[in-house]
Amino acid sequence: MSTTVTSTDTGENTWGGGNQPLRASYGKLMMWFFIVSDALTFSGFLAAYGFSRFKFIDSWPIADEVFTHFPGLHGVNAPMYYVAFMTFILIMSSVTMVLAVDAGHHMNKKKVTFYMFLTIIGGAIFVGSQAWEWATFIQGDYGAVETKGGKILQFQNVDGERVALSEFAIAGVSEREQHLKKNGVWYYEEGTPTTYNIEEVKAGFVANPDLLIRVQELNEKGEKIVLNREESLAKINRDAVGVVEGANLYHNEYGTPLFADFFFFITGFHGFHVFSGVVINIIIFFNVLLGTYERRGHYEMVEKVGLYWHFVDLVWVFVFTFFYLV
Amino acid sequence: MSAHAANIDHAHDEDHGHHHHEPTFIEKYIFSTDHKMISKQYLITGLIMGIIGIAMSLLFRLQLAWPDHNFTVYEVLLGDWGKDGVMDPNIYLALVTIHGTIMVFFVLTAGLSGTFSNLLIPLQIGARDMASGFLNMVSYWLFFVSSVIMVLSLFVESGPAAAGWTIYPPLSALPDSIPASGMGMTLWLVSMAIFIASSLLGSLNYIVTVINLRTKGMSMTRLPLTIWAFFVTAIIGVVSFPVLLSAALMLIMDRSFGTSFFLSDIYIGGEVLHNSGGSPVLFEHLFWFLGHPEVYIVLLPALGITSEIISTNARKPIFGYRAMVASILAIAFLSTIVWGHHMFISGMNPFLGSVFTFTTLLIAIPSAVKAFNYITTLWKGNLQFNPAMLFSIGLVSTFISGGLTGIILGDSTLDINVHDTYFVVAHFHLVMGISALYGLFAGVYHWFPKMFEGKMMNKNLGYVHFWVTVIGAYGIFFPMHFIGMAGLPRRYYTNTAFPYFDDLADVNVAITIFAFITASAQLVFLYNFVSSIFYGKVGEKNPWKSNTLEWTTEHKHIHGNWAGAIPHVHRWPYDYSKLNKDESDYVIPGQDFVPQHIPLQENEEEMHH
Repeated sequence: MSTTVTSTDTGENTWGGGNQPLRASYGKLMMWFFIVSDALTFSGFLAAYGFSRFKFIDSWPIADEVFTHFPGLHGVNAPMYYVAFMTFILIMSSVTMVLAVDAGHHMNKKKVTFYMFLTIIGGAIFVGSQAWEWATFIQGDYGAVETKGGKILQFQNVDGERVALSEFAIAGVSEREQHLKKNGVWYYEEGTPTTYNIEEVKAGFVANPDLLIRVQELNEKGEKIVLNREESLAKINRDAVGVVEGANLYHNEYGTPLFADFFFFITGFHGFHVFSGVVINIIIFFNVLLGTYERRGHYEMVEKVGLYWHFVDLVWVFVFTFFYLV
Repeated sequence: MSAHAANIDHAHDEDHGHHHHEPTFIEKYIFSTDHKMISKQYLITGLIMGIIGIAMSLLFRLQLAWPDHNFTVYEVLLGDWGKDGVMDPNIYLALVTIHGTIMVFFVLTAGLSGTFSNLLIPLQIGARDMASGFLNMVSYWLFFVSSVIMVLSLFVESGPAAAGWTIYPPLSALPDSIPASGMGMTLWLVSMAIFIASSLLGSLNYIVTVINLRTKGMSMTRLPLTIWAFFVTAIIGVVSFPVLLSAALMLIMDRSFGTSFFLSDIYIGGEVLHNSGGSPVLFEHLFWFLGHPEVYIVLLPALGITSEIISTNARKPIFGYRAMVASILAIAFLSTIVWGHHMFISGMNPFLGSVFTFTTLLIAIPSAVKAFNYITTLWKGNLQFNPAMLFSIGLVSTFISGGLTGIILGDSTLDINVHDTYFVVAHFHLVMGISALYGLFAGVYHWFPKMFEGKMMNKNLGYVHFWVTVIGAYGIFFPMHFIGMAGLPRRYYTNTAFPYFDDLADVNVAITIFAFITASAQLVFLYNFVSSIFYGKVGEKNPWKSNTLEWTTEHKHIHGNWAGAIPHVHRWPYDYSKLNKDESDYVIPGQDFVPQHIPLQENEEEMHH
């Protein structure tokens, strides 16, 4: 298969013209250069993430405390288990993609079909997992209180175990109606109200002598600083202004909102790449089924989408490293 | 593996060879996949955008020269923003913003590199067309759509974007900050996102075409310098534009979805915004990581074009071919590590400032190499002063005079004194604006016959165009150095509030007068351009007696460029005035040039350049 116009290649005139000096068709080269460009877009994002994280180096949320859920295992502390699973699936889909490309070189339509199918399934599982990961992150965990300065206060008991708002807040201490259009001529639009309002949380905190406050800042061991009871009481009474449950682009119960902003934005942008990769893979899959590449005499198209797919996986390795591991 | 790939290309070639199907009007002029037509589409779209951009500069020059005067033209052109002939300060900022955006991206990026990369890459390397004609077409039409959106943004009720062409947040990120940061800014961002996609598709095509489709014998060291410049420009584009896309996407998130990437601690109208933690300096980093390479995306094609034109019209080989290539590569590399010199007073660590000063000043080396190589190519040449040559020499002049002030601005300690003054405006207009425009004009005069099937532009009108432009452009930008050193800040709507600047008012009047004179000379060019398309005299096949392959094609455009086989290449493109072994005559007797497709002659010494 390698007897081509490029067979005249000798070291001397590889770049002499009239051939393909990199021994790749223009389509494959374009895909490579596209990948270079896309990689720089991601580099821009990750550099921005690093820049912002460095700014909050002493108060950045600890990933091990954020991503602790596993589907079906409610209440079990399983830090990183699910994202490790997702990553494994995505990397396996790269393996099946390699096998599909290899089968393409051998013009084995059956095998290409099979491995492309597995790749698509792997991609779909990853995108689905990402959605679940987002939903869990949005829903939140223990809940927290926000201070006047936009900092987050979390709760734990004297034994060092995290305590959820629902475990101590006293419902019904105060009532406040949500601002809705029907209530008045003018109003400030307001998001969904939290389960408990700040007065209920404060009342519960005061009534419960076991509770302590964890602030956003980290100590020299990289753990959240815990205030003693007196400091905690003073802090909550002086600074607490709102309740935060879960994370969105404005508030984040795990710490600085920038963490959530970057998480949603970068994993979202990557998820969009995976999603479009799955769509492209499906198109190619049907082309394989219809025998388009059989007729064309080569499966180069599978190779090109394969390049893209590997790139998307590689980007995930970086995203995974920077968001979850370090 | 590469077998099937090669087979496709081969089949492709044959397909072109036997192409007798007559294209319809739409296939030929609108959704054309032919690189020659696409290049004309780029040029004409670029020129139209250029007219808009220059017209805007005239409006704000008018305001700067006579701030207290009422001009009906404001009311006619700007409507409510020019009520009673008084220019609204908001529209002044918008005009400056859109002038910058249009000139940098739409005229000097797409209009210059889009036009000449498309026209010259296939013709000069001996290819039937671009690697992917379809993507090339998509690239143009994305550019067209982004141009239309940018122009449409001028008609939005709250006004077009007015945060400067660098669109720094928070001004650009908060629709409540100024009216123009509303819909106008959104359209700006949408337009630029599409533009980036267009630029990416174009660049991919240019790079891959140069790598894969060179004709036999066209080694990398036999490429005309134009191609080297376009090739490297495309690489810089692929590397830097995506980072602008990152910045733009994050800005869109901040504007529309409530993230805080670039925003922190902001009060508007007494109300505190929820945003916290972000940093506008982050945006500056991301923006200038594109922004600085962008300067070379604009300039390198012009340098490539003029290298070719100067060598041809000096009837001498280019001096230091490999040095020219090396300096293009060096400039491209250095351009990606100097962005911090745009941010010296953003509060960056002074040590970091000195690092960026160091890398910035390094660029002076390859730039000086190029300048000296131009001059040594001209030295003792048999100079043919046609308009293309004049504009090329003009470029050498502005490249030097504008580049020298770059040494001052690139030094963090010196920069502080002139930061954000007209000194900066003078510097970048001369070194990248005017230089690149001269390159564009030189290219149009030189390759007009190739674009429009042998028709030539009128030489005398070209001379008028050149001399008025060259005197006018220096008239505009040279005095700006002095008012800048006197401290006059850029981007100010009027300076009458500061008695200190009263003495400089006359200079501003002089600048504006020069601006109008220079702009009117461009009308001569436009007339020459349009009338030559229809009534231009058809010249010879190789009117400039040039060596490169494009002049071996027939006047009439055919799909696939050469009716027969593609010529093979046997020499570099700069064998001008080469003598035979006995030094009794030129290599080809009576002809002072040897085109690239001519094999080595008997009585000729082979040179290694």
